[in-house]
Amino acid sequence: MTIELLSANHAAAMAATLAGRANRGARGFGGGVYPITPQTECIEFLCKQEFEKGRIVRVESEHSAMAVCMGFALGGARSFTASSSNGLAYMTENVFAAAMYRLPIVMMAVNRTLGPPWNIWVDHGDTLALRDSGWLQFYCEDNQEVLDTILLAYRLAEDRRVHLPVMVCQDAFVLSHTMMQTDVPSQALVDQFLPPLDLPHRLRDTPVTVGGLDFPHETEVHRIQHEQAMRRVPAVYGEVAREFESVFGRKPAAPIVPYRADDAELLLISMGTTASTVRAAVDRARERGVRVGSVRLRMFRPFPSRELELALMHAQRIAILDRDISLGQGGILWTEARGAAPREALVQNYVLGLGGGDIRPEHILGIIDDLGRRVHAESPEIMEVAT
Amino acid sequence: MTHEPLLGGLSCTPKKRGDSILRPGGTNCGGCGMGIAFHMLERAVGERPIQMVIPACCAIVTPGQYPRSAYGVPVVAATFASAAAVASGLAGTAHMNNESTRVVCWAGDGGTFDIGMATLSAAAERDEDILYVCYDNEIYGNTGGQRSSATPIGAVTTTTPRGKTLRKKDIVEILAAHRVPYVASVSLAHPEDALRKMRMAIDMHGFRFLHVLSPCPTGWKSEPAEGIELVRLAVRSGLFPIYEVFDGTRTDINVEPDFAFDALQRYFALQNRFRSDACDLAALAEAIREDWARLRRRALEETTC
Ligand code: SF4
Repeated sequence: MTIELLSANHAAAMAATLAGRANRGARGFGGGVYPITPQTECIEFLCKQEFEKGRIVRVESEHSAMAVCMGFALGGARSFTASSSNGLAYMTENVFAAAMYRLPIVMMAVNRTLGPPWNIWVDHGDTLALRDSGWLQFYCEDNQEVLDTILLAYRLAEDRRVHLPVMVCQDAFVLSHTMMQTDVPSQALVDQFLPPLDLPHRLRDTPVTVGGLDFPHETEVHRIQHEQAMRRVPAVYGEVAREFESVFGRKPAAPIVPYRADDAELLLISMGTTASTVRAAVDRARERGVRVGSVRLRMFRPFPSRELELALMHAQRIAILDRDISLGQGGILWTEARGAAPREALVQNYVLGLGGGDIRPEHILGIIDDLGRRVHAESPEIMEVAT
Repeated sequence: MTHEPLLGGLSCTPKKRGDSILRPGGTNCGGCGMGIAFHMLERAVGERPIQMVIPACCAIVTPGQYPRSAYGVPVVAATFASAAAVASGLAGTAHMNNESTRVVCWAGDGGTFDIGMATLSAAAERDEDILYVCYDNEIYGNTGGQRSSATPIGAVTTTTPRGKTLRKKDIVEILAAHRVPYVASVSLAHPEDALRKMRMAIDMHGFRFLHVLSPCPTGWKSEPAEGIELVRLAVRSGLFPIYEVFDGTRTDINVEPDFAFDALQRYFALQNRFRSDACDLAALAEAIREDWARLRRRALEETTC
C-alpha cells in the first residue's frame, strides 16, 4: 500500500480503476462518462488510465452514461460511472432501470444542490431523491472511506445474494476537491479482494429477453425478490467488511457509526461530512458536562432500521440533522429515521446546510442547546447557516 | 412464488434449430412491415451470433409477456432513448473479449427520430460497432398513433387531428452527415436490394444505419395486404428515395423512380390517414423533384471528384 495525497474525486477514480483492472481475467471493465461539476475530476482521472481489458465511453449525457454501463454490465463486464446533482436527475430513468435489471453497477455520486437557481455546493437532496430507485446507497465522511466503499461496493453488488447497483455518495468540495492522505491498496490486494465477475444473467448465446413485459403478478414477484435482496445486504455487508479487513488490514466503517453514544441522553443523527462537525461539537459540549453523543448514518439503502433502533435505545432527546429537504414534509433522514427512536423520546428535525451553507460547530452547539431546552418536538426547524 | 433466479425480468424460451429471430407467438398486427423486415434481417444474419437492443416501440411488445419471449436471439429491452448507448456497452464488451457477436439496435421512428436522437447521434459520432435499424412506421404505434417527427405531411394522427402540416425529418441525410461507414434506405418492396444492404451492413464494422419504411396498417389506416404495394408506390413516386451513403462521401442511388404522379396519388389514396385538404400533392411532387435534384448532384459530384 502507498499513501497518496488524493481528492475524493481522484480516490473514487483510483478505486474504480483498481476494481476495473481486477476483472481483466474475466469480461473486463467499461463505463460511460459525462462531466459535471463537481464530479468532473473523477472521470478525467479515469480517462487517463490504461486498461488491459477495459473501455471508457465518452458519451453525450448522463442518461447515456448509465445506459452504456448497463450495456457493459449486461455483457458481463464490471462497470462504473460518476455523476452529481442535475446530472443524476437527468440520468434518473436509467438509474431505476439499472436496478430493475439487477445489474452490479457502481456509481460515485458527488452530492450537489439541485438547480435552478444554479448552485454547485453540497446538499444531499440529489441522491436522496433517488432513494426509491432500488440502489444501495452509502454516504461517506472522508476520502479514504470513498475509496474503500467503492471497493466494498463491488463485492456487495456482485454478490449472488444481492446483485444490485451501489451508489457511493460524497460531499461536493468538502470532499470532492479536498486532498487527504489516502491509503491506496496495491493491485495484487484488490485482485485478492475482488474475484472475477460472473454475472449469471448476462447475455450469452441463448435467446433471452432482458427486461421484457411484466404483468401485475410478475411485477409483484420481481419487487419481492428485489426487496429480499435488499434485506440480505446487512448480513452480506458484515461478511464482506470482515474480508476487507483481512485483506487490507483496516476495518471499514459499519452501516451506523455511533460516537460517545453509550451514556448519551442527547443524540444527534447525521450523514456525510456533517457528522465530522457534529463530533467536534459533541466533544465541546461534553467538556461543559452535556451528555451528548452522535450517530452517523453511513448506509441509507437498505435503511438500517434495526441497527438504528439499538443505537437510539437509551436516548431521551434526539436531533435529526438533514442536509436536504423534502419540500412540504421536512428532512428526508428525519422522516426515515424517526421511526427508530424510542416511543418516549423527543425527536426534533433540523434542516441545515442547504445549498452548501457552511455548517460550523457553533451551529451544532446551538442545536444541542435547543434540543436540551425543548419541552416538546415541533415541525422541522429550517435553519439559515450561510452568511 | 419467489423462486430464483428471475433477475431483471429475464425471459427465456428454449431455442430450436432453425428458429427465426422473431419466432411464432409475436403479437404484431397483421400486415406489419416490421415482421417482414425481421425475416429479411434473419436471412442476412444467417448463422452469425447476434444480440439485439430494442427500446420502447412495437417491437418490444411483440415478443409477448414474461416469462416467455418470441425472440429467438438474446434481446435487451432498453429504455426509450437508450438503444444506441446500451448497444455501445454490449459491443464494447464483445470487442474486449474478442467475440464476433454483432450488436443490432432495432428501433422505431419514435426511438430514432425523436427521443433517441441525441443517443443515436453520439453513438454514430463515436463510430460504435453497431448496426442500427430503424423500422419507420411514421407514427407512435404502440401508444395508439400519435405524430412523430417521422410522420409525413398530410397525415392525420391522434395529435394532428387536422393532418400534419410539416414534412418529415430526413433521417438518412442526418446520419450521413455523421460520416459513418454506411447509411442506407431500405425498401421492403425491393427484397434483393434490401437483402444485399442488410448482408453488407451486418458484416461491416463501425456504425451502420438502415432506414426501413415499415407499413403499419393500424396507423396508416390501410389494408394489411397492401403494405408492400404502398412501399413500392412510395419508391416509384420518389417520395422514399432508395440510396446508400458510404463514409458520408460516396452516394449511390439504388432504385430509379419513375416519378409518376399517379403513383403519388395512389400512395395517398390507399391510406385513410391522409386528409386530402391537408396536403397539396402538386406542391409535394415539386418538393420531391427538388430533393432528387440535390441527391443526384451529390451522387454525381462524389463519383466525378
Ligand atoms: S401498430 Fe403498426 S408498427 Fe405497431 S405492430 Fe401494429 S402494424 Fe406494426
